[in-house]
Amino acid sequence: MPILTVKKMQLFAPMKKKRAGRKQSNLFTYVLLLVGLIVSVYPFYWLFIAATLNDSQIFQLPPRFLPSINLFTNITNLQEKGPIWTTFANSLFIATTFTVLTVYISALTGYAFAKFNFRHKELLFFSILVTMMLPQQVVMIPLFKMMTAIGWQNELKAVIIPSLANSFGVFFMRQNMMNVPIELLEAARIDGCHELSIFHRIVLPTVYPAMAALAILSFIQQWGNFMWPLIILQDQSQMTLPLFLSMLVQPGQVIQYGEILAGAVIGVLPVFLIFLFFQKYFVSGVYGGAVKG
Amino acid sequence: MKQTVVKKITPYMFILPFFLIFCIFLVYPIFESFYLSFTAAEGSTSSWVGLDNFRQIFSDALFWKSMLNTVIILLVQVPVMLFLAFLLAVAVNNKNIKGRSIFRLAIFMPVLIDLVTYSIVFSIIFNDQYGVLNYILLMLHLPGIHWIQNPIWAKVTIIIAITWRWTGYNAIILLAGLQSIPDSIYEAADIDGVSGVKKFFLITMPMLKPIFLFCAIMSIIGTLQLFTEPFLLTNGGQPDNATETPVLFIYQYAFQSFHFGYASAAAYVLTAIVAILSYLQICVSKGGEI
Repeated sequence: MPILTVKKMQLFAPMKKKRAGRKQSNLFTYVLLLVGLIVSVYPFYWLFIAATLNDSQIFQLPPRFLPSINLFTNITNLQEKGPIWTTFANSLFIATTFTVLTVYISALTGYAFAKFNFRHKELLFFSILVTMMLPQQVVMIPLFKMMTAIGWQNELKAVIIPSLANSFGVFFMRQNMMNVPIELLEAARIDGCHELSIFHRIVLPTVYPAMAALAILSFIQQWGNFMWPLIILQDQSQMTLPLFLSMLVQPGQVIQYGEILAGAVIGVLPVFLIFLFFQKYFVSGVYGGAVKG
Repeated sequence: MKQTVVKKITPYMFILPFFLIFCIFLVYPIFESFYLSFTAAEGSTSSWVGLDNFRQIFSDALFWKSMLNTVIILLVQVPVMLFLAFLLAVAVNNKNIKGRSIFRLAIFMPVLIDLVTYSIVFSIIFNDQYGVLNYILLMLHLPGIHWIQNPIWAKVTIIIAITWRWTGYNAIILLAGLQSIPDSIYEAADIDGVSGVKKFFLITMPMLKPIFLFCAIMSIIGTLQLFTEPFLLTNGGQPDNATETPVLFIYQYAFQSFHFGYASAAAYVLTAIVAILSYLQICVSKGGEI
């Protein structure tokens, strides 16, 4: 019975009323989104503003909303604190090399798992799945001992090479290569095409979006990698930029926020640029990692 | 003959580079740290102690405190974050809203910032004298909060920080989930005269359930591995160890006092917990592919 009445009510309710309800819910949505936007963007805005302020301007009430003129002073002062540009170059080198290598190696391995049958394939794939779930911390102590033993402490390759054991990357590429049509590969084989050139000329071009997605995720992840570099890179000139900045805010020293935040701005720019250019792939990568991972 | 041999070794050539690195830098260390967890390894010396490390960990008040802190943080943070992420995903998915792409971009931005930079920025935002948060409280005629110095508020600080960082990430995933629900289901419901609210509870929620569970379990696993925020934002688990986390505990024992054996045992306890959660995660996502 009550359902009937509701239906009747709806019949009698003029269209206008429904519209008003929709407008109200739209208003609520706009308010929600606007709050979300302000909360998300404000720390970035503040980061960029604060990079141009000196410390007394950063710590003033009410908090400042407009930029000042101290950006270059801050950067110059930061240069005197330590090799900021060297650490920036280190970060770029580590993140770029890691990204290129991990995407290529993951594609090679993922291709074999997606399109070939070989002995122990299931067991090997299972080992990849298992290691994907282990927390990174469990391998850090033996890795640290190993790096010290082979003299890779304070070397950039100590960050790059162990992280190439990227199980997620292999899994991600394998999932995306499952759909490459086998007929295409067979046709190339009949034409006498070499296996490696089939991979380079046929397989890779068809999974380009997936490679782009994995590349962006890998770059951002490696750029923000903190704990392992903290352990293995103690020499200031070998540090990554985030690690170098984190050393400047350790307890027991005078913290010069303006300088540090100017350094932080330099540090967020590469990721921002990459995101702006490859936004499309970024979202598909995050989602692909979620649904397929 | 030659042909078949080549065919047989081809896949192995493709996987060789990866598995070389995989075995040396991942599989071997996993087993070595398992071995280390039964020794009293300190720096380069070591001696077998059996289960002593594990016994000691299970009676280590600081380890339990770090676990308890993490559980408190995730019990509050994960539901709040997923609720906010869901609201934002629904809002951004609403086709009547103008400028959706700008809102979407803004909401996803926090994912881009690295953990060190945002921890430094937040340490100023949470500053009890000059931070913008206490300034807003002051404007509202509320007393300022000692965010980082008070044990309870320090946890709240961490919760707010990680919620800020990860809500957009989860919103992307939920948004993609929303968009993957076929329109035809909603159209069929429209023909049957199902109301908007009912559609939400009878179609949207059940269809999103697996993605929600995925986000929840991934967030729990992520929170269990919390390190950078308490390391930088609350000065390494302070005040009074209120923001000590298991990974911080492992880091302090392994790399500040070099008790490799004890730290490995702690790492394995953490690994066991994460492994159980990951197993649940696989069971949940069995509906999909794998």
